Amino acid sequence: MCGIIGVIDRTMSRMDGSSIKEALSLMDERGSGEGAGYVAYGIYPDYADCYAIHVFFDNLLEPKTMVDKILQTWGRVVHQEEIPTYEQPGLKKEHIPWRYFFKPYTDLMVGTTNPDDDNVKRLVMSINSTVEGALIFSSGKNLGVFKASGWPEDVANFYRIEDYKGYIWLAHNRYPTNTSGWWGGAHPFNLLDWSVVHNGEITSYGTNRRYVESNGYDCTMFTDTEVVAYLFDLLGRKHGLPSETVVTALAPPFWDEIDEMPEKQEEFLRTLRLTYGPALMNGPFAIVVATKDGIVGFTDRIKLRPLIVGENGSRLYISSEEAAIRTMDPEVKTIYMPRAGEPVIGRVTI
Amino acid sequence: MEPLVIDAKGMHYTPLNKLIREAVASGVKEIVLNNVLGQRFIGNGVRGDAKITINGVPGGDLGMFMSGPECEIFGNAEHAPGNTMDYGSLIIHGSAGDAVAHSMRGGKVFVEGNIGYRGGIHMKEYDGKRPILVVGGTSHAFLGEYMAGGLILVFGIGQEPTIQDRGIGSGIHGGEIIIRGDVNEKLLGVGAKKVKFNEDDLERLTPVIKDFCERFGIDSSQFLDTNYSKIIPASSRPFAGKYTWE
Amino acid sequence: MSLGSVPLKYKISIDRDQCMKCMRCVDNCSYGVYRIENDKILIDSRKCTACHRCISMCPRDAINLQEKPVDYRSHPLWTAEAREDVINQARTGKIILSGMGNARDYPIIFDRLVLDACQVTNPSIDPLREPMELRTYLGKKPAKLEFTKNNGDIDLKTKLAPNLKLDTPIMIGHMSYGAISLNAQLSLAKAVAKTGTFMGTGEGGMHESIYPYQDHTIVQIASGRFGVDIDYLERGAAIEIKVGQGAKPGIGGHLPGEKVCADVSCTRMIPLGSDAISPAPHHDIYSIEDLAQLVRSLKEATEWKKPVFVKIAAVHNVAAIAAGIARSDADAVVIDGFKGGTGAAPKVFRDNVGIPIEAAIAAVDEKLNEQGIRNKVSLIASGGIRNSADITKSIALGADAVYIGTASLIALGCRVCGNCYRGLCPWGIATQKQELVDRIDPEVGSENVANLINAWTLEISELMGAAGLNSIESLRGNRERLRGYMLDQGLLDVLKIESVGA
Repeated sequence: MCGIIGVIDRTMSRMDGSSIKEALSLMDERGSGEGAGYVAYGIYPDYADCYAIHVFFDNLLEPKTMVDKILQTWGRVVHQEEIPTYEQPGLKKEHIPWRYFFKPYTDLMVGTTNPDDDNVKRLVMSINSTVEGALIFSSGKNLGVFKASGWPEDVANFYRIEDYKGYIWLAHNRYPTNTSGWWGGAHPFNLLDWSVVHNGEITSYGTNRRYVESNGYDCTMFTDTEVVAYLFDLLGRKHGLPSETVVTALAPPFWDEIDEMPEKQEEFLRTLRLTYGPALMNGPFAIVVATKDGIVGFTDRIKLRPLIVGENGSRLYISSEEAAIRTMDPEVKTIYMPRAGEPVIGRVTI
Repeated sequence: MEPLVIDAKGMHYTPLNKLIREAVASGVKEIVLNNVLGQRFIGNGVRGDAKITINGVPGGDLGMFMSGPECEIFGNAEHAPGNTMDYGSLIIHGSAGDAVAHSMRGGKVFVEGNIGYRGGIHMKEYDGKRPILVVGGTSHAFLGEYMAGGLILVFGIGQEPTIQDRGIGSGIHGGEIIIRGDVNEKLLGVGAKKVKFNEDDLERLTPVIKDFCERFGIDSSQFLDTNYSKIIPASSRPFAGKYTWE
Repeated sequence: MSLGSVPLKYKISIDRDQCMKCMRCVDNCSYGVYRIENDKILIDSRKCTACHRCISMCPRDAINLQEKPVDYRSHPLWTAEAREDVINQARTGKIILSGMGNARDYPIIFDRLVLDACQVTNPSIDPLREPMELRTYLGKKPAKLEFTKNNGDIDLKTKLAPNLKLDTPIMIGHMSYGAISLNAQLSLAKAVAKTGTFMGTGEGGMHESIYPYQDHTIVQIASGRFGVDIDYLERGAAIEIKVGQGAKPGIGGHLPGEKVCADVSCTRMIPLGSDAISPAPHHDIYSIEDLAQLVRSLKEATEWKKPVFVKIAAVHNVAAIAAGIARSDADAVVIDGFKGGTGAAPKVFRDNVGIPIEAAIAAVDEKLNEQGIRNKVSLIASGGIRNSADITKSIALGADAVYIGTASLIALGCRVCGNCYRGLCPWGIATQKQELVDRIDPEVGSENVANLINAWTLEISELMGAAGLNSIESLRGNRERLRGYMLDQGLLDVLKIESVGA
């Protein structure tokens, strides 16, 4: 179920959303018209140092009053507005998408080395679990998620994503089984700088969820994908592991392979697996994760979901289907299939 | 060979024990620890025949699982010195806390002063190994509780009577507790009985009495008579009559 | 005498047409049920314990056993058992001693838990085709990886604490030499060595014939400190402090003097024929910081090279106690549920004290997670684990591994007659009588026990594969893959699982 595609321009040259819309629409067979979404990095250069907080409001009365109050207590709202949307015949507007550009008060958080991020993370967790009728679905700097229930092209047109220009784009076409029709259930999932699109199902969700919850995250989206964002935030941001190592922790080599490795590598991987056993992700999945510095794609350890990589100069594409990549970039030079569990990494080079 | 002198001031017990262990392994026969204050587990599990002098107040479980060395302590000892000790000796020029010689199975613990509660609890003997706990002063309650073997000897120097606390030999099913002077029957625990201390006993214990007195510079002649009470198990199966089958 | 006798527990009869008078029943019954008079086999059913030794040895299937052959007037409150216990105690004035685990008809939570399997949205995995990882490490895990970056390379700073490596999450629990025979213990030791796992020595020291398998043993130090010296501590792959036992929480144990034969006396280091008394508490542990002191003492004695486990009985406040243990430098906490077996326990304890292991695992795992210290200890569950499904469910509730006890003895012949404390076990397990002990051939016994462990391991692999999991880490604490069937809301909340259909 589901189709995914992601692209990065490593020179940070920005692309508008029109071609990814087409590529995603090409994979309509993989979805069911009940959810699609996009995330783009670099779209808010005027507010680059603010957290761009995207919220679905059920109405602009109680929920918004409460969110306003919470945000104004913990920081300064530099600017806010309704996210422009354009009515589509095939898409019912269930929520009012809103955006805040927010700067947290650094001195209000104690006991952390990264007060801004931890403050915003805590606000997201707390608003999503306590304020009825409000759901923060995007909270990073200079990036934004745009998602809804509907076919990819309807969702893209609803937000007019061709109006946004980013150097990284991820997109997702959903075939829901669990929370159909719920906007919050559409991908990408985002927390702070981390965005995730995911094809498949995480059979280890219960274990992963308990692990992130014991490390201070609340799972509020009723779906297994959000846990990936939290795992990347925990291992990548809080524990400082490089992306490759995060992927290795989530989809490590098998013990019989590790046993055969040279001593130093064996010790490293054994220690990694023992430390991050509860973070190991099982089940069929292909995932692309983005941060402002790049994207990383990987599959489960026995390659139960497809993943194809394309390259053309400064651009790296990762998708469920080669055709989607060729739709985006007919000139694509290299196409290959990564090994199971092997991270495919595209980093910003400037 | 020169004694190895270690200034233990502010040292954690793990590196301290590591030094002791390495020294004993390399053949050092004499180790002096100065400024000991609260370090637990000194001599823990150490084998060999070294002599360890401890100046200061060692922490709990002094000489636990120790098998061979002699530790002479110039200071008081805390909780459970000689815990599950196998062999060797602790000579304490001072007093000690609760559970002295807990489950000790061999060797000797000499305490010049007093000991706390449950001294010699569950000491046991087997084959050639017979643990000995000797106390110069007095002991608090439950002395020799659950005792399964070995010898406890209490002199009560400067005390009258030697022991005033209850529960002596409570649950005792092996070994013997020898107390200077008379012991009030009311102080005996369940399963303990008092019998006469006779000349044969004195002959048997004379080497222990002399050994203790020598170590602390006490005139032993004052203790070489039969003015002791001997407390032994009423049965080696104290719980045999407690149960019926389903 | 005025009370008279109570009815027979079991009635033995022989089909005389089938019987060929081979006398195997007479030879095999150590309780004296059978005797020969005038070439006829006579039966004294009152001595029967339903151990099934005669039945299993009869070549003609000529022996029949009937439980409770005499009816009482039925009464829902005053069961036959309740009446007979009263009569017994009126007669003797003593505490009733019983064997094996809890025999009260409490609901079995394991049987109200159902596992998940994949359909469509994810594929099940066939463990015969695809990799399936059951390898389990027991011990402390780091909270996070510490490293330094070195020109794009990563240099590891984290040094792992010693962990036990298990090929399967099934271990054999602590049954001491003394409680069981040497041949029984030797069979278990050979079996764990064959299957890449571990067994507990129990509190009884280690007999020298176990030495070849010592790398697969966890040596126990209990309140009696029997057989404990520095050599013993160094022999084990890990050390376990036994604080309590599920079958009799809060009390100690007494190995009766008649079981203390020459070899047992030597291994335990106590005199021949004397009662081996393990006090209720460790008398050097009267508080949680004292436990930490014993843990550290054991580590100090063995130079911090061995994991130290702490075993407690599952009691009401088990989660908070486990959280205390997790802070003590201990590497694993063992929780023994109230259905755990035992050689002998006062019946009133066996049947009434403690809580079931399922709830205890869930509560402990939850508490450790909540406090962010789950990585500090492994969680080993025991007490009433009967099959691979119980193990799989235990792990899904949060256990790292399990100990089995009774099941491994059944693999050696035990039929759970519950008379272990009498020292006459006709299967040669709970006895020190040489002619009975000789009935176990450790080669054959170990084969049977290894078969059981292998079979269960295979079944766990299949269950995991069906659930789309190829690594046991992903089963551990994965309560999403469990549902409760006919469990009340209170228990569902404790287990943190949904009802079936939810």
